Amino acid sequence: MNIHEFQARELFAEFGVATQPGKVANTPTEAETVATGLSGGKLVVKAQIHAGGRGKGTFKNGFKGGVHLCDSPTEAKDLASKMLGQVLVTHQTGPEGKEVGKVFVGEAVDIARELYFAILIDRATSAPVVIASTEGGVDIETVAEKTPEKILRLSINPFLGIMPYQTRLIAASLGLTGPLMNQASKLFTNLYNLFIARDCSMVEVNPLVVTQDGRLMALDAKFNFDDNALYRQPGIVAMRDVTEEDPREVEASKHSLNYIGLDGNIACLVNGAGLAMATMDIIQHAGGSPANFLDVGGGASKEQVASAFRIILADPLVKGILVNIFGGIMDCDVIAHGIVEAAKETGLSIPLVVRLEGNNVEAGKKTLASSGLKLESGENILDAAKKIVAAVKAAA
Amino acid sequence: MSILVTPDTKVLIQGITGSFGARHAKLSLDYGTKVVAGVTPGKGGQLFEGQVPIFDTVEQAVRETGATVSAVFVPPPFAADAILEGVDAGLDLVVTITEGIPVIDMMRVKHAMKGSKTRLIGPNCPGLVTPGTGEKSHGGCRIGIAPGYIHKKGNVGVVSRSGTLTYEAVWQLTTRGYGQSTCVGIGGDPINGTSHLDVLKMFNEDPETEAIIMIGEIGGTAEEEAAAWAAQHCKKPIAGFIAGATAPEGRRMGHAGAIVSGGQGTAESKIEAFRAAGIEVAETPSDMADALIRRMKRA
Repeated sequence: MNIHEFQARELFAEFGVATQPGKVANTPTEAETVATGLSGGKLVVKAQIHAGGRGKGTFKNGFKGGVHLCDSPTEAKDLASKMLGQVLVTHQTGPEGKEVGKVFVGEAVDIARELYFAILIDRATSAPVVIASTEGGVDIETVAEKTPEKILRLSINPFLGIMPYQTRLIAASLGLTGPLMNQASKLFTNLYNLFIARDCSMVEVNPLVVTQDGRLMALDAKFNFDDNALYRQPGIVAMRDVTEEDPREVEASKHSLNYIGLDGNIACLVNGAGLAMATMDIIQHAGGSPANFLDVGGGASKEQVASAFRIILADPLVKGILVNIFGGIMDCDVIAHGIVEAAKETGLSIPLVVRLEGNNVEAGKKTLASSGLKLESGENILDAAKKIVAAVKAAA
Repeated sequence: MSILVTPDTKVLIQGITGSFGARHAKLSLDYGTKVVAGVTPGKGGQLFEGQVPIFDTVEQAVRETGATVSAVFVPPPFAADAILEGVDAGLDLVVTITEGIPVIDMMRVKHAMKGSKTRLIGPNCPGLVTPGTGEKSHGGCRIGIAPGYIHKKGNVGVVSRSGTLTYEAVWQLTTRGYGQSTCVGIGGDPINGTSHLDVLKMFNEDPETEAIIMIGEIGGTAEEEAAAWAAQHCKKPIAGFIAGATAPEGRRMGHAGAIVSGGQGTAESKIEAFRAAGIEVAETPSDMADALIRRMKRA
């Protein structure tokens, strides 16, 4: 799960992580009020969408840039009025863009240095790892590739947490000396506490900045939360913004289906995550393009198959469906009845290829064959993939 | 021999009275697995299916029945506690089926287990099967949720992060007449107890295992590490398959661990590592057993 920038700042405030003063605004007037309450210096107004690249983006009304500097509350109000309710297109949003519902209004800071600081869970050591670099404000993957010596990696003992000496070590490696070292120790410790307390899988502060007047603060942050832990993080769940998510995925999550929308035209419905990924791959291997990832669970039920069908068919891009079920414990005949019911109920009019294997498969195939539905059976996964690709091409 | 478990292994089931645990405990009993105890706090003294004694603690269950391996079906909020209870009771092996355990909990479990004699498999895994000699492999040791009847006793070892892909591989082998020594599902989470490499080393040492199928997916670098080791040390033919070539970067594909991030963990990198190690790569999931047969004929 992801959150907005202003929500990240709320988390920073809660855990004592230094960041620039400012607040979120829903209307131009609110933006002016927020701006009036700040220190009176230069201001920054930032459009709140999840996608990156906001500063270089363009609104569909022609207004350029989702991040602007200004000098007065009146100007902040004017900038907010050009962003709110408008659709911002960045290199991450795709051409359809994202509507801006909120802006962040904050004190602009004079930056002396831009640094990078992140915490994530390292799979290899099964421990949190801090990644820090003097090269902030740029893509860390580029830094890792071109100047790996400029990246510090430090493993944290999960029982001890980040030790004071480790925060000093990181500070020293970033050239944060004198009074900045104390600020850095506090910021790194508090950020680590936030990371653990809120079940993050990643926190990336980029840039972490030193201002001209000698303050260290987190200027922008990206959070990822562990979906498995959301049951114990009601405050984080409340930050979820479904308008930022694919509506197909929002609907699927209501039915406890594991669904990820893609941009192809052959939908697939599979039991098990590994097999679902492999099914997407084989569609492409056969010359088609997958419309989604969809795992109905290792022990797929009739009801799950039915709701999966509805979600797949609600997608106008979908021109064919491939069902791939290995019924290990589930009876294939039960699954077959589920497919037939769902297909009839939804008035299926596009090609459907079903590949069933496993427990009671002969009965399942019979049920499909005698259903009166226009569907094909696949002998194995590859055969099924070839058949659906051919059927979709023939129908086009 | 087989690896990790034999048909004589005494198994206990943590969470035996929950619907999921009960269903699969029954299927294991039907398969002929020696399920000797169940554990559900507060239900000690009762019997499961009129035959398996239920205990309040793992310690009691181990002391009374001599169980050496447990299967954990406990819900995610209580799973870390259940795993460590099994470790503390001195079990050889704890197989965690539970899906959805918070990553931070698993991180602590892994560190708390350091220095213990217990091996953890999973979490979020289908478990493992050592097939038996009876009809449809009856009489084997089935721990977890895999369908027992698809197996056949034999000499191919299977290791995989995914449940249904394991069943695909096993079924392909069985229908082509190739049996299995042991099939191990290591689970789809980013932090797990046993890696591809750990299982590969065990198969390499196991005299009964003559060939290996290794199934991986996007995310992390565990497959690359296993392949690099195999190139140097593995004496047995291996076929491999990697799922997720078409998965978009930055998205979790069902399994919490199946994510490509920062250009790491791609299918291309894993397939390349397999090829470099002389592992026969299955082009599609339909080709897993045939890939192994090709590799065996070449050897």
